Amino acid sequence: MSALRVSVWRGTESGRFQLFEVPRLESQTVLDVVTYIQRALDSTLAYRYACRVGMCGSCAMTVNGRARWTCRTHVDQVAREGRLEIGPLSNLPVVRDLVTDMSEFFDKWAAARGRFRGATTRKDDFARVPPGSAQRRLADAGIECIGCGVCYSACDVVAWNPDYLGPAALNRAWTLMNDVRDTDRRARLAAVAGDAGCHACHTHMSCSERCPKQISPTASIAGLKRAAAIAALKGEI
Amino acid sequence: MTGRGDLSVRAQVLLWTAQRASAAVLAVCVVVHLVTILYAVRGGLTAAEVLGRTQGSVAWAAFYFLFVAAVAVHAPIGLRSVLAETFNWRGRSLEVTVIVIALALALWGLRAVYAVFI
Repeated sequence: MSALRVSVWRGTESGRFQLFEVPRLESQTVLDVVTYIQRALDSTLAYRYACRVGMCGSCAMTVNGRARWTCRTHVDQVAREGRLEIGPLSNLPVVRDLVTDMSEFFDKWAAARGRFRGATTRKDDFARVPPGSAQRRLADAGIECIGCGVCYSACDVVAWNPDYLGPAALNRAWTLMNDVRDTDRRARLAAVAGDAGCHACHTHMSCSERCPKQISPTASIAGLKRAAAIAALKGEI
Repeated sequence: MTGRGDLSVRAQVLLWTAQRASAAVLAVCVVVHLVTILYAVRGGLTAAEVLGRTQGSVAWAAFYFLFVAAVAVHAPIGLRSVLAETFNWRGRSLEVTVIVIALALALWGLRAVYAVFI
């Protein structure tokens, strides 16, 4: 059985990479590697995961320099000459080892008014939204986000502009802008527009390239830019 | 969403819109400008010969007036983002700086238009 040489970040904002040797297995994921280290080699290693099947969005880490969801990233895809370097996500404070503080990431979802607000109650009938309607299709294109933070970690603008809401929060806002049941669209558009919002995006498309769910936050942000520009010209925001 | 001491959200969005609109104008102006230069000097013209052809042309003066206006709008807005992101410089001092740069670009550009076409 061959071995993988795995460098793992230890510490907080300051720290160092620690080298481990991990048995190479068939169909091994990066999360399997981290779990092996924590269970067999060093129980003090801190990392985060939950579902292991690409649904919960909690296991994202930086693997060989790129943000990835580790539970669905096979070692075959990323190991270079039997080596892996695993660190915490960029653009977020490190709590310890591979665990980042996601507060800022989700606070920005709240700042982008990423919460559905409807006008009906449970006593009302279901809303009927045609799945093929233009707005529903736009919402569907971004709706599968699992909040893993990969896009936020990959975004240069987040690194340059700490106030920037980031791709995930803006993508969420765009799905709600296209939800015909939502009643908070004008306030949301004002919340996501301008220098700290969608207009800060440089269309580098790192978010779209790295999103493990193949969502294109760049397209969502472009939609927000257009909608906000039209609203600003009309004096609505 | 506004940052520290920044312009209103509407003003920020209108700046972005103005930069995109001026970019569209510049795309055309730059092509016309370059093609004209290549065409005009292909036979080897002197400065005096160039001025002899350009001075008094209302159409070219109007074209370059538009070109200068687009530059004076486009460049400072882009520079505002570059300075904010590179040096974490935001607020009133940045706004005043880019307005001064916009006025300087407009002034220099219009001076050239006046010299070459009027």
